[in-house]
Amino acid sequence: MTTKNMLPVAVMALAVLVLWYAGAVWLNAPTATDALNRAGHDWTTADLIRATLAMKRPILPTPDQVARDLYTSLTGYPVTSIRNLLYHTGVTAGAAMAGFGMGVVLGVALAAGIVQARTLESSLLPWVIASQTVPILAIAPMIVVILGNMGFTGLLPKAIIAAYLCFFPITIGMVKGLRSADPLTLDLMRTYSAGTAQTFRLLRLPASLPYLFTSLKIAVAASVVGAIVAELPTGGQAGLGARLLSGSYYGQTVQIWSALVMAALLSVTLVAAVGLAERVLVPGGRGGAR
Amino acid sequence: MPAAQPAPLTLVPPAADTAPRTIVDIRNLTLTYQAADHPVYALSDVSLSIAKGDFISLIGPSGCGKTTLMRVVADLEQPTSGEVTVNGMTPEQARLKRAYGYVFQAPALYPWRTVERNVMLPLEIMGMPKADRQQRAREQLDLVGLSGFERKFPWQLSGGMQQRVSIARALAFDPDLLLMDEPFGALDEITRDHLNLQLTRLWLSTRKTCIFVTHSIAEAVFLSTRIVVMSPRPGRILDVIDCDRDLPRERTLDIRESPEFQRIAHRVREGLMEGHSYDD
Repeated sequence: MTTKNMLPVAVMALAVLVLWYAGAVWLNAPTATDALNRAGHDWTTADLIRATLAMKRPILPTPDQVARDLYTSLTGYPVTSIRNLLYHTGVTAGAAMAGFGMGVVLGVALAAGIVQARTLESSLLPWVIASQTVPILAIAPMIVVILGNMGFTGLLPKAIIAAYLCFFPITIGMVKGLRSADPLTLDLMRTYSAGTAQTFRLLRLPASLPYLFTSLKIAVAASVVGAIVAELPTGGQAGLGARLLSGSYYGQTVQIWSALVMAALLSVTLVAAVGLAERVLVPGGRGGAR
Repeated sequence: MPAAQPAPLTLVPPAADTAPRTIVDIRNLTLTYQAADHPVYALSDVSLSIAKGDFISLIGPSGCGKTTLMRVVADLEQPTSGEVTVNGMTPEQARLKRAYGYVFQAPALYPWRTVERNVMLPLEIMGMPKADRQQRAREQLDLVGLSGFERKFPWQLSGGMQQRVSIARALAFDPDLLLMDEPFGALDEITRDHLNLQLTRLWLSTRKTCIFVTHSIAEAVFLSTRIVVMSPRPGRILDVIDCDRDLPRERTLDIRESPEFQRIAHRVREGLMEGHSYDD
């Protein structure tokens, strides 16, 4: 990053921090006031502000509280320990990645089917769209219960729920991508008397890659959401979702925020990885530029 | 035939020992399609015979069916009635046997492929081994004057260069017949002159039969052995002008100043005026 770009980035980060601290003072003030009054001493505004920024169970923890909690939970225990946040992040990432993989296979297969066979478009696409109108929070426990009954626990139910969320943007983007080939280039393939499979492999598929990667970025972030949601009804032994759940049981808001930050970092990393893969896999340097 | 050498400015007879073989034969071709409220006569009773080695230009105003006619020859469009043979086969058989190369109005290059791999595309579809493909692609690129650009991507090239790549691609599998649909229509006049000169040299050296669709009278007269003047509503042939009698096969841009050239251009223009209704 050049120094020219650094300034706006730094200003934005500073603005977020200032707003966050202001929000913490404002939201924690009522509880802090109660506590100060109960203590019986006289107190000043400075006392109040200091109290709002250092509460044990704040409504909104401050950035430094979250950072400190993150630091201790990342470095205070071995990575394999259930008390290490990185362990939970790994569990969620594993489920999200497995689900993402399944979602990519399913999404691309559906899109290829829809593009190649017109009848599939009218028979399949409405179900694909309908599947996304069902709230994931409603369907996740059912999938967990059904699969648990069949003897599948652990990663698989979570991966399926993640896949359920992330195949949809892939299908939609890929259908558009596979149809994005210029009519002239399709005519061209016809003049070479290329078969359907050749046209698909040499024209439709490469033409769809820029669309696919846009969808993949959305899908990979959705897969993290799916994995976290799936961890809520599983009783919450491990994973970021479990940390969120136990955090809210015991009013550990700092722990919830730490898990949120890790989830966000995980998503950002995964989206960046997809972006990197796009750079490597889509030749021409300009993606779909024509 | 010593085509590559500077030939005397006389008519070079096409392969004197054999009679000129008919490559494309079009008989009583009619193509209508149903528009919203009335049938459109894209082509009406068109007959045309194209011999081996001919350079035929189809010229006419928009909607005269020149592109449609060429698309019928290429089996990209189905006629309503009439007969077309390409190399003695139906257009579909000819297409399946890859009898022709087609150059579109736009270069239609694949942006994710390098220039060289774009030219290799038809060879890849035909299952040619990779080493042969590459060699053939390099030869074709050399022929259109684009050696050294093999590893570039299409967007790194100018419009004229891109169209030359698409011509190289059409020539890559060495078809006898080259179909070109206004390939230089979108280019500026200087580039177009330059490419016309290159194309006529290319045609002389490869002896391909060419069908060329254009809007430009000068381009048609400069390139062609015969010019087919067409008119719209219904799409039909008004006049077929033989240029080979009056103009040498080997042409430079200077001949455009010659009286013969002017005379042919005039006749084309008159044909176009006659067929064009300017009231709509």
